[in-house]
Amino acid sequence: MTRSTVYMLVLAGGMFAMAPWIINTAPNEATMGLVYKIYFFHMPSAWMFLIAAIVAGVASARFLFFRKATADGWAMAAAELTVLFGAFTLVSGPLWARRAWGVWWQWDARLTSSLLLFMIFIAYLLLRRFGGPGSDKLGAGLALFGMANVPFIYVSVNYWRTIHPPTSVVPTLPIEMGIPLWYCVAAFTLLFIVLLRLRARLEHQRARVEALYLAEES
Amino acid sequence: MRAFLRIVWIVVKKDVTVEVRSLELLSTTIFFAITVVLMFSFGLVVEGRAVQDVAPAILWIAIAFAGTLALGRTFERERQNDTLRALLLAPADRPAIYVGKLTGILLLLALVESVLVPLVGLLFNAPIFAQPVRLALTLVAGTIGFCAVGTLFAAMLVRARSRDVLLPIMLYPMTVPVMIAGVRGTAALLQPTPDLAIAQFWMALLGFFDVVFVTLALWTFDPVMTD
Repeated sequence: MTRSTVYMLVLAGGMFAMAPWIINTAPNEATMGLVYKIYFFHMPSAWMFLIAAIVAGVASARFLFFRKATADGWAMAAAELTVLFGAFTLVSGPLWARRAWGVWWQWDARLTSSLLLFMIFIAYLLLRRFGGPGSDKLGAGLALFGMANVPFIYVSVNYWRTIHPPTSVVPTLPIEMGIPLWYCVAAFTLLFIVLLRLRARLEHQRARVEALYLAEES
Repeated sequence: MRAFLRIVWIVVKKDVTVEVRSLELLSTTIFFAITVVLMFSFGLVVEGRAVQDVAPAILWIAIAFAGTLALGRTFERERQNDTLRALLLAPADRPAIYVGKLTGILLLLALVESVLVPLVGLLFNAPIFAQPVRLALTLVAGTIGFCAVGTLFAAMLVRARSRDVLLPIMLYPMTVPVMIAGVRGTAALLQPTPDLAIAQFWMALLGFFDVVFVTLALWTFDPVMTD
């Protein structure tokens, strides 16, 4: 673990420990009361979920078309984080929705496309885990197709009808709500970067050990 | 372009010849698809009558299941005799080989669908002859979309472990747009009064999906299949 990673890890831990107090400063919302505050963790984790998926897709493309060997480690790390933040998003979302919409789940465009993106990356991890030799390339192909697929899922489900609040609510939030929100976004981003670096480093070292073994054998 | 088409033709001819001699894939896939439709019928028919508006969903699920089976079997055949390696070693464009395999599977599934559609129409009282051309176009566009992704994934998985379970795991989340568009488009056509505008929208989405995913598959087939 490099020095900067340790600092970032400590900072992220401190920010998460402080988060309940910061969120507490935000006023309760008129109709939903306290429950709406799930949003302060839901939205940042949803953002990290999408960013992780994009990082995995871009790294996969680099691995597949430009034969960057290290890109595979980044793709693997980002794919695991996609599943992690995806799980958090998909658990915190229904908790909010139960209060706001009266149902746990709705076949809305955003929800469905998030669920499917999450499933594609679970498939990716299963493939990497059980696919045997050569699964790095297969995984890269899968991640690439997964990224290209999201707009289609979105359009096809959106045609039914959508009830998820649009992203445009973010800039219109009052300042007392905006500060805790951006604080949480910063904490989640930091956590994402730390985890991504640690996991990618592990993957790179694993690849190096493997290469050394192979060199020793031949 | 002519060389490309010639390779496609050779690959298709090879697959068709192998299939015609044994009829293994065609007979098993058709029977499997019929079994799937019957299983749904047993599950969904209440007091001797079919539940309303389930025909399109059952049709597309049967196509997806039968398609997965056919995709897995086609490449299993290539793997058993290690002929995929020979195919890839041939001095031919990789994308042409992909298109050849894709065409072969599409021909097979077209035959399967020609049995499935009348069967579903019969069992679930669906007016399949109300808009025959549009229905056929929706089926063709949907099947191309499903198989474009499926052929690439099945080819990728030839050498992987636990490929039987990995193929549907990878393929089904990826082809959800095809399923939604196929089912909605077919449902619009099978209504008592067909809603052509909605059917048109879904057909266009399927066409767009086909173009993007065939292009992407042609692009990735070469690097993915290289050792």
